[in-house]
Amino acid sequence: MSVKNRPGRQEMPCQAPQERVSNFNEVALGYTEEQAIIEAKRCLQCKKPKCRDGCPVEVLIPEFIQAVADGDMATAAKQLKLKNALPAVCGRVCPQESQCESKCIVGIKSEPVAIGRLERFVADWEMAKEEAEEAKVADLDTVDGDQESESSATASPKKQKVAIIGAGPAGLSCAADLARFGYDVTVFEALHVAGGVLMYGIPEFRLPKAIVEKEIDSLRKLGVNLQVNMVGGKTFTVEDLQQKGYEAVFIGTGAGLPNFMGIPGENLCGVFAANEFLTRTNLMKGYDFPNFLTPVISGRKVAVLGAGNVAMDAARTALRLGAEEVSIVYRRSEKEMPARAEEIEHAHEEGVQFKVLTNPVEIVGDEQGWVKGMNCLRYELGEPDESGRRRPVPVEGSEFFMEVDSVIVAIGQGPNPLVTQSTAGLALNRKGTIQADEEGRTSLPGVFAGGDIVTGAATVILAMGAGKKSARAIDQYLQSKQS
Amino acid sequence: MYPIVKKIIHSPAVKEFEVYAPMVAEKAKAGQFFILRVSEKAERIPLTIADYNREQGTITTIIQELGASSTLFGQMEEGDHILDFVGPLGVPSEIERYDHPVVLVGGGIGIAPIFPIARDLKEAGNEVISIIGARNKELLIWEEKMASVSDQLIVCTDDGSYGRQGFVTDALKDLYEERGQLSALWAIGPMPMMRAITNVTRPWELKTIVSMNPLMMDGTGMCGACRVQVGSETKFACVDGPEFDGHLVDFDLAIKRLSIYKDQEKRALAVLEHKGGHCGCQ
Ligand SMILES: Cc1cc2nc3c(=O)[nH]c(=O)nc-3n(C[C@H](O)[C@H](O)[C@H](O)COP(=O)(O)OP(=O)(O)OC[C@H]3O[C@@H](n4cnc5c(N)ncnc54)[C@H](O)[C@@H]3O)c2cc1C
Ligand SMILES: Cc1cc2nc3c(=O)[nH]c(=O)nc-3n(C[C@H](O)[C@H](O)[C@H](O)COP(=O)(O)OP(=O)(O)OC[C@H]3O[C@@H](n4cnc5c(N)ncnc54)[C@H](O)[C@@H]3O)c2cc1C
Ligand code: SF4
Ligand code: SF4
Ligand code: FES
Repeated sequence: MSVKNRPGRQEMPCQAPQERVSNFNEVALGYTEEQAIIEAKRCLQCKKPKCRDGCPVEVLIPEFIQAVADGDMATAAKQLKLKNALPAVCGRVCPQESQCESKCIVGIKSEPVAIGRLERFVADWEMAKEEAEEAKVADLDTVDGDQESESSATASPKKQKVAIIGAGPAGLSCAADLARFGYDVTVFEALHVAGGVLMYGIPEFRLPKAIVEKEIDSLRKLGVNLQVNMVGGKTFTVEDLQQKGYEAVFIGTGAGLPNFMGIPGENLCGVFAANEFLTRTNLMKGYDFPNFLTPVISGRKVAVLGAGNVAMDAARTALRLGAEEVSIVYRRSEKEMPARAEEIEHAHEEGVQFKVLTNPVEIVGDEQGWVKGMNCLRYELGEPDESGRRRPVPVEGSEFFMEVDSVIVAIGQGPNPLVTQSTAGLALNRKGTIQADEEGRTSLPGVFAGGDIVTGAATVILAMGAGKKSARAIDQYLQSKQS
Repeated sequence: MYPIVKKIIHSPAVKEFEVYAPMVAEKAKAGQFFILRVSEKAERIPLTIADYNREQGTITTIIQELGASSTLFGQMEEGDHILDFVGPLGVPSEIERYDHPVVLVGGGIGIAPIFPIARDLKEAGNEVISIIGARNKELLIWEEKMASVSDQLIVCTDDGSYGRQGFVTDALKDLYEERGQLSALWAIGPMPMMRAITNVTRPWELKTIVSMNPLMMDGTGMCGACRVQVGSETKFACVDGPEFDGHLVDFDLAIKRLSIYKDQEKRALAVLEHKGGHCGCQ
């Protein structure tokens, strides 16, 4: 079959936009098995698969897709897991259009193979199967031989103690690999749950928390010790850990410090960092207030500043909390928006308005100190800047007033400084991120770092890749230390 | 889980708790706070470390029941367990030896957090003068503890039911007339009280430190809920504070920001009281 005659890409079944804006259930429903097989058959099984070059963790893409095409989902799952510990997460949140799928050969003449959707399908298939099996085991109330031997394997004497600070994707993937290598791993997390941005930032309707919790459970089964309510730099320091016998430390504390614009009025009531808004909703379950006691308010007319994933998540969350009008306010054009294509599309479908080439210069409040609007400027695009994107330039005399009663700021996050500031001798970059090599080695022997705390705000898959690389480097370091 | 080892009821809405949290107690310093979540559905609420015992691994705090989450905590008893307890958070008070007396002003339950600061300043060799105040005698807490770490203790009540009658600001003005040279002042209490103190000390150019208590959630610098305008800068009280130069803090804004969720908070409290059967309908 020539490329031309192949069927088009399988559409993702989704909750209808009118329906989903009033609930927090997952928007994309996932392929059926039939759809997955049709989609998998679109893959040309390239000898030199370009798609793999686009994946930061080099998932065995043609291999797992072939297994799907053959209807052998168990093999597909095994192939996937060889490189990616969290396929159910990545299949949902990777920016595929700029990674694996951007390189797919089929994409030249037609739409690329839906690698992410297939990945999600396989991961969900496996989870469903495991669930069914667990239910069966619970029913029979017996322990089969296989499980026995597995648990005794993890019970064998462990190697050295390793500490992980921060339970986001970077820390968790590092912990998983180190546990598999046989180390005695403890993860220290500041919040009351593990998962990092996957739990507090990315909303339920895009990444159900039950999926993240399952992944974290499987980590516990690997023997990883998870300690919550432990703030690095406050409850303990890197030095304390070393004194307590942890022979290596991995720092994966992420980029959780929200940026503000530094314009007048940014501290008025009704101006929220996206992190506050999303954390109240996701982590503290504010959408179920007052059953859960943490309140969250969206306002009626909401402006979300920024156009990345965080901004799209905030805008769509505001709609679900009952806002009447939600606008993305962005100083470049839609083409430059850094969010995943699917999120922008979903936001459009749900009725989020896009006020592009616009930026506020001041947030204006009423006598009670509440936001009543923003003074904005219009922009046009000039010459490309360092990032290669065309630089927005304000149009003279274009100032206008936009009436809003709430502003959600989503213009990026910086590295969390609690650990870095309390660790003497740890070399940092100008923006406060940790200096580390490709494998996560920092300026301090035995101290490794990876994920957003090294790269600045990036992606889940890059953070996981960094965690895996550091796990290998830590293994090497500890082995050479012993000999 | 973090067990409550001791509870003292000071008045119907003011309770003192000692909680077993050895990791927090080991590192706790004057001026810091912690965050707790009593149960799965409760809020994360910040409270000041009023005292700590490293040997026994405990933290002491005094809570005023205001809304749903603080009331849930206030209703807990000795032997009950708190679900989450994290700290110590924030930057400790800067303790140094000053040439002239230092003044500690505590208003209402603000007396409790001022205590460890007074103790450390005293231990550092300072002459410590403390002014504590409450609406009435019943609401006055920790007078003896404060006396034990102060060279001079002035007690005020708004209604004159105990000590001298009047506000802590009045006592402070008199003290300044008497003593003149003072090196530094700490004020902790309700925001209007702290604002009043900074207005009194501004013309004296006296270093005045206040401990801000804005809304908080994570306490690690992640959410930005705790923003405080300090001079021309936006500060995060949980990681940059909670202590700031009182002469630079925008109190009007800070007071308004405390009311952001006022309507929701009322609803939550109403639901709680309903569940607790206080309304008598169950
Ligand atoms: C709203 C939102 C939506 C996003 N959407 C996407 C998406 O669709 N696709 C995508 O690929 N990426 C997305 N991202 C980015 C992605 O989530 C991050 O790049 C990724 O989570 C980084 O992983 P990490 O492990 O480095 O850090 P984090 O996930 O930030 O985890 C860090 C962890 O460390 C903890 N921590 C911080 N300080 C301390 C301390 N002092 N002591 C102990 N623990 C500490 C934190 O509480 C947290 O649990 C999104 C981000 C946000 C905020
Ligand atoms: C660093 C820090 C230290 C603190 N130390 C103590 C302490 O030692 N003892 C203590 O009792 N409280 C302390 N607080 C205040 C305490 O955190 C709040 O009273 C509590 O969070 C209220 O929660 P709630 O759900 O019960 O009330 P809410 O339902 O949230 O609020 C009820 C009412 O209280 C007001 N309110 C809310 N938050 C605050 C606040 N932070 N300060 C003043 N009024 C508020 C609201 O405007 C509302 O009218 C501290 C706060 C901070 C930030
Ligand atoms: S992990 Fe992400 S980039 Fe890699 S194949 Fe899967 S969806 Fe693509
Ligand atoms: S590049 Fe596309 S067609 Fe080729 S193997 Fe990868 S997914 Fe299949
Ligand atoms: S409480 Fe969230 S940043 Fe301070």
